[in-house]
Amino acid sequence: MAFSSYIRYSFRDAFRSVARHKGIAFASVLTIAISLFILGATLLLVVNSQYLVSTMESEVEIIVFLKTDLERQDSLALQNKIEKIPGFHSLEFIPKEEGLAMLEDRFGKDTDLVKALGGINPLPDAYRVKATGSDKVSFIVAEIEQFSEVESVRYGKELVDKLLAFTTWVRNVGLAVIIGMLLAGLFLITTTIRLTVFTRKKEINIMKYVGAANWFIRIPFFLEGMLIGLLGALLAGLVIYLGYDALISYVIKSVPFVPVVSDHEVLYRILTLLIVGGTAIGALGSVIAVRKYLKV
Amino acid sequence: MIQFFNVTKKYDNGTLGLDNISVSIDKGEFVFLVGPSGAGKSTFTRLLIREALPTKGQIMVDGKSIVRMKQREIPHLRRKIGFIFQDFRLLQDRTVYENVAFALEVMGTPVSEVKRRVPSVLELVGIGDKYDCFPEELSGGEQQRVAIARAIVNNPSLLIADEPTGNLDPDTSLEIMKIINNVNKRGTTIVMATHDSDIVNRMRKRVIVLNKGTIVRDDVKGGYNYGL
Repeated sequence: MAFSSYIRYSFRDAFRSVARHKGIAFASVLTIAISLFILGATLLLVVNSQYLVSTMESEVEIIVFLKTDLERQDSLALQNKIEKIPGFHSLEFIPKEEGLAMLEDRFGKDTDLVKALGGINPLPDAYRVKATGSDKVSFIVAEIEQFSEVESVRYGKELVDKLLAFTTWVRNVGLAVIIGMLLAGLFLITTTIRLTVFTRKKEINIMKYVGAANWFIRIPFFLEGMLIGLLGALLAGLVIYLGYDALISYVIKSVPFVPVVSDHEVLYRILTLLIVGGTAIGALGSVIAVRKYLKV
Repeated sequence: MIQFFNVTKKYDNGTLGLDNISVSIDKGEFVFLVGPSGAGKSTFTRLLIREALPTKGQIMVDGKSIVRMKQREIPHLRRKIGFIFQDFRLLQDRTVYENVAFALEVMGTPVSEVKRRVPSVLELVGIGDKYDCFPEELSGGEQQRVAIARAIVNNPSLLIADEPTGNLDPDTSLEIMKIINNVNKRGTTIVMATHDSDIVNRMRKRVIVLNKGTIVRDDVKGGYNYGL
């Protein structure tokens, strides 16, 4: 069967060509590996800085003081209303008794605060609310302030504003860096593949004279590009995988308060992206490069 | 086998490669194309393998127009035609065996048949012992033998040779010509462009003399004489 022979020849030619041009193949694999490593490392850096920012954001607290004369059941009823506000993350109810206990803690056990206040707890019930992000805080505050049960709302306005500016900055810069690295990597890889094809320009030409159809020339190059892309991506992936694990355990040990993305889910997703992307770019790049020399 | 009808080839830079030539070559013929540089010999052979299209006129190979031929039919045309170049044009990253096998592989020939046919054709051109060498390890004469083996391994009906002895010394040239002559005796039509007057005079075949893109002479048993 001609068809099975063609498949056989294509695979054989692809592997043979890598074996016969070891130097060039090695250089291409290395270039692709370095480009993908830089891209992968950048991705991880951006992912981690986003994570850091979002951790900081989730620390922002809104304290809601209710009116002092409110019945307990009315205080508790407010919870439903707060939970319905968009951007709401979590809340904690602080009954006035607990508020007093916290105050007593601060002043020290020896002062009998309740007695000093004449046996009446002057504190209101309160809520401690967290938003999903710092950009949601001011909206939530405005909503809560409209409830009649609410006396006053307190939050770190300045901190929120600064954090908001910082978060936006980190997101934009992260995106810009990723796009830049992606383009640079793409350019580097396609240029490398183009060069490996270019060195065999004459060979492609001769094949055409001997009567090879375009696809017969193209398929081995496609497979070869795929193989080189895959090898480069695997190399980059391996280095990233081992390097990231080592780096994370070092960070956790030496600066434990810095939040890092330590679950492997994100890492695996990035590695998959690199391997699929590298293989695809290698294969496509080489087919596109060959096309230029097929017109004989 | 080959018919040129009023073929003119004008290149983009204005050079006239061929100027309204008509010629017919029969099956099994051996034809020399001679003439000074720039006479149109290379244009003639380039048109035959559809490396270029004529500006005007019609070219038939095996009763089929190669001017109207579609792009994807070109590989099929080239498989029917063996081609030998002055600079051999072997695949440098493949061995002698692989170079010859390639001409069969482009047609999807099964491995078993490739294994059977390649050694016998290498034997035929006298380099059966070099099948594992790379082209750069061979002499010019040996490389040209490989090129001939590649050109004839799929039994083409037409063999085109463009200055096949141009890079070879006289003794080697004679050996190459012996091989080409044997190919002709097996029934293959030969069209050979050459500058080698010695060979043309010795072989006494049909000689077409080109000059400035036109045929100035067409002798059935000619010699190398421009007759200008």
